[in-house]
Amino acid sequence: MNQVPEKEIEIAELRKLTQVIKDKYDFEFKDYAMSSFKRRIKRILELYKFKTVDKLVEVLESTPEFFEEFLSEITVNVTEMFRDPTFWKVLREQIIPNILLNHDKISIWHAGCSSGEEVFSMAIMLREMEVLDKAKIIATDIDTAIINKAKLGTYSLKNMDLNSKNYEKAMGKATLQKYYQESGNEAILDKSLVQNVSYRRHDLVKGGVFSKFDLVLCRNVMIYFNQSLQNDVLIKLHESLFKYGYLVIGSKESLIWCDISNKFIVVNNEEKIYKKVKD
Amino acid sequence: MQSIGEKMNNNYKASISDKYKAVVIGGSAGSFQSITKILSIIPSDFPLPMFLCLHRLKHVRNGFVEALSIKSNKVIVEPYDKESIKRGGVYLAPANYHMCLDLGNTLSLATDELVNNSRPAIDLTFDTSAYVYREKLVGILLSGANKDGAAGMARVKEKNGLTIVQDPEESMINAMPNAALAATEIDLVLKVDEIIDFLLLLHQKVKNV
Repeated sequence: MNQVPEKEIEIAELRKLTQVIKDKYDFEFKDYAMSSFKRRIKRILELYKFKTVDKLVEVLESTPEFFEEFLSEITVNVTEMFRDPTFWKVLREQIIPNILLNHDKISIWHAGCSSGEEVFSMAIMLREMEVLDKAKIIATDIDTAIINKAKLGTYSLKNMDLNSKNYEKAMGKATLQKYYQESGNEAILDKSLVQNVSYRRHDLVKGGVFSKFDLVLCRNVMIYFNQSLQNDVLIKLHESLFKYGYLVIGSKESLIWCDISNKFIVVNNEEKIYKKVKD
Repeated sequence: MQSIGEKMNNNYKASISDKYKAVVIGGSAGSFQSITKILSIIPSDFPLPMFLCLHRLKHVRNGFVEALSIKSNKVIVEPYDKESIKRGGVYLAPANYHMCLDLGNTLSLATDELVNNSRPAIDLTFDTSAYVYREKLVGILLSGANKDGAAGMARVKEKNGLTIVQDPEESMINAMPNAALAATEIDLVLKVDEIIDFLLLLHQKVKNV
């Protein structure tokens, strides 16, 4: 009885950590949402058996190679293919056809692509719509290791059940199986799907605007930021969209509190699809 | 361990205080009827925000909040990320998201790994509520099938909040209250009707604060 709860991480320790990372590596974490950032740090301490945040700071200061591992662990890489199937249905039936009504080409940015499930989902959907060759897709993430995983397109076979169920709900077809081969415990996706996808490292926080798109997907990425950083990132996403381009965020995210929310209109509130209507 | 039931059961009236600013409730298998009953009796002007973290199907986005709302006097919302906490608001952790509290009266959602095989995880809602409200928090853990919520309850206690679990003898699946009882000092072990009575007395005490 009365086990002592683990010692809580103090805000002062986190401030010191984010300052060191900024000074040494030029990445900015000070405006990440505190509750989840603290949890990520706690996870890293456990994973590497560091007793204190100070120990982590020490290692980051002395071992630059460790920083890439740190980036991989600090970011959340939990995702699914065809996550929120009803969203994909709306995308297929309304949004993509709408964009192609006025354009021959469609440019798409997966901002925070993680291990690439969303990119493959997009490619599969576009191929089935017979418009994949019209698409220019760019997928970015802050973490190089996860980009490499995304390029590989190899996922644990046990995830394919859920992925297939999502696909079925989204596309109304029976199975995802024709898009991957089984090898041991893994599903290797058909890489011809993503042969024209450009994968790049990009940090939404420090990175600038690098192109313009008809469709930007940034789902469940900004939830790890505090409100002021969400504001800043949204300004960049807005700038990265052509006028009348579409922005998609996670099902429980909202633009309501952002300064420039009036530059968007809601296209589909349930699926969190917005359209840029003002420059 | 002291014998539950006799020693603690009826002391709850002494724990009523107007210092409390929020109530967090966790539950899992077998808690749906209890939480519905609680919500059907809590009056609409109960002023403290309530945070509900109940284990639920990960991939069913709609229907749960509607089911809970049928008999509730209060509006129950599944908050958006960074939604502000309002006086008297009732917030339900959405499907497949962890629901956490941040300083500045803010709810934060997250999609990171399952905790105790759960997302939403009760431990995370409790832990972050305790961080924000400290001794002004009432934590209530209902019946359930795993140990989720036990570490969160320990955190509530550490911050000197009030810890309440549903009487394991009343709950069909008592792993959850028992895990909390093993993990930390639980102030009150109550049956659901007593939890309701406690909240009604609390309402009288805090409604004009």
